[in-house]
Amino acid sequence: MKKKSGLWLTVAPLYIFTIIFVVGPLLYMFVLSFCTRGENYETILEFTFDNYKKIAEPVYRTTFLQSIKLAFSTTIFVGIIGYPFGYFMAKLPSDKKKLMMALIMIPFWTSSLVRMYGWSILLQSNGILDKILMGIGITQKPLKLLYTYPAVLSGMVYALLPFMILAVYSSAEKMDWSLVEAARDLGASAWKAFWTVTWKLTLPGFMSGIVLTFVPSMGLFFVADILGGNKVVLVGNVIQEQLTKGRNWPFAAALSVILMIMTSLFIAVYRKVTGARELEGLF
Amino acid sequence: MKDFILELNHIKKSFGNTQVLKGISLSVKQGEFITFLGSSGCGKTTTLRIIAGLEQPDSGAVMLEGVDVTKIAPDKRDVNTVFQNYALFPHMDVYKNVAYGLKIRKVSKTEIQRRVMESLELVQLTDYASRKPSELSGGQKQRVAIARAIVNNPKVLLLDEPLGALDLQLRRQMQLELKRLQKKLGITFIYITHDQEEAINMSDRIVVMRDGMFVQIGTPNEIYDAPRTSFVAQFVGNANIIRGVVDKLDNGMAAIKLEETSSDCESYVSVKLSEKDNVHIGDRIAIAVRSENIQLNLEKGISAVVKEKSFAGGLLRLTLVLPNGKEVVASRHGINYDVEEGTCITIGWDADSAVIVEDRD
Repeated sequence: MKKKSGLWLTVAPLYIFTIIFVVGPLLYMFVLSFCTRGENYETILEFTFDNYKKIAEPVYRTTFLQSIKLAFSTTIFVGIIGYPFGYFMAKLPSDKKKLMMALIMIPFWTSSLVRMYGWSILLQSNGILDKILMGIGITQKPLKLLYTYPAVLSGMVYALLPFMILAVYSSAEKMDWSLVEAARDLGASAWKAFWTVTWKLTLPGFMSGIVLTFVPSMGLFFVADILGGNKVVLVGNVIQEQLTKGRNWPFAAALSVILMIMTSLFIAVYRKVTGARELEGLF
Repeated sequence: MKDFILELNHIKKSFGNTQVLKGISLSVKQGEFITFLGSSGCGKTTTLRIIAGLEQPDSGAVMLEGVDVTKIAPDKRDVNTVFQNYALFPHMDVYKNVAYGLKIRKVSKTEIQRRVMESLELVQLTDYASRKPSELSGGQKQRVAIARAIVNNPKVLLLDEPLGALDLQLRRQMQLELKRLQKKLGITFIYITHDQEEAINMSDRIVVMRDGMFVQIGTPNEIYDAPRTSFVAQFVGNANIIRGVVDKLDNGMAAIKLEETSSDCESYVSVKLSEKDNVHIGDRIAIAVRSENIQLNLEKGISAVVKEKSFAGGLLRLTLVLPNGKEVVASRHGINYDVEEGTCITIGWDADSAVIVEDRD
């Protein structure tokens, strides 16, 4: 076959965009992570492993562990709530579907930062939740919910749930429900029909939802910032702190590189386990 | 041995404000090939879904081998369905699709293997066992759907317009294959179609449906030769319906005066009465005459103007206008027939090739 010259022109913008906005910054970060910080907090182009050695210190190791733990818990909760939500949403009549979709999308029109402050008002000592609970006599004194691990977890689940819902919804929406009828007709109970047909066919959406939840939850720092105070510190918070207050860009870069490697590792393992083709469209 | 394998007793079903089934009843014998024939929206698919258990009737009962199964879930009924869109599981290969029902029933692996291959052989798809449904043609998908249902050895097999999506040639071939398969397996088939040819070719009995009612139940011959209503005559036999008033009764024959004809031209047609016909002079009745039975260029008869000639499927079709302005269609084999468009000819038919039909609308 004759090669069509000029075809590359149509894809060139894509490559240029990717090089400038993805490959470039990544390379910059990578190089930065091997640089030395000068005495006046400036970055000196001098090769060193110190930044990486520093990550091995217990305090940072704990931070990483806590981040992974939180990311896993978040993903599990988001999965448990998001799957049934997306599934039942797909079964609604179309006018109700539109309403649900609007209710899910509207919060996105507000900055997520503002929404997190909303949560802090809800959860703070003597805040709305406390007042309601004390008002109806379930609790006697404020619960001190804010600045705890559960508060951060709630915030994370809240922030990432829509991604799971929409991912599951989009695959459940494409489902041919006559397949479930066929399964029932062939002798499967409602439950069995769900597991052998519906679950299998919505799995790709659920899998995408898992990735869409897990990956950002490793790096979301503002949720822990606002709802965790200094009680819950995640890698994201350390990176942000090193970039701003600490003014240690090389170390922040090294932390980012490790975070990225861990996330990629997670996805690689995940793809291996679940079979790559299940993650339709994402990678 | 039960008398009937499947019975429907006065089944009614409404969706919202529309009643789609208006109290239908039917008894089916073991091994029968029954076809529900009707145009879309007549309630035939709903009837099938009620037999399968995918839909609950508002009232009435479904009996399987004499046992009331109306309230029994679809998975607990010995009935399988071949769905209109095939509904093959896209995430399973052909083998797994066919094995699904057996696996659910926890049949042993070797038994599954044997029966799946046996069914695939019946539909000539043994070489395709490891293909995914997306890699099959329409006709092949159709066969898989049939294999997936018959592998469970159901008491009754329900087929919802199974050939509807196939092209004409394949459809004819599959009709024969299905009929052969049904004879071989001895399974009772309940078959849905809107294609009268299909119904006549395959069925032991045809159930003509209209507006949620069974209009006529009978063998293809009965339905074709003795349609009970004008609807059946038109739908199944493409018959011409001619309306008129009984003018004379004589020796088992009736002379009928065509409606709205001026007195100056011949306007009497005749029909032979059967025992069931109970007509009196002055009754307004309808008779059905099929196009191939209309004789042209007669000495004596009613005059008609040739409006149109068209050729299709080996038949020349002539649209004729009667003196009362009503149109009838006559057909002849071959393309050469010496009748010109626009000319006036005399037509008629043998009294015994016309039948009186009920004419409710």
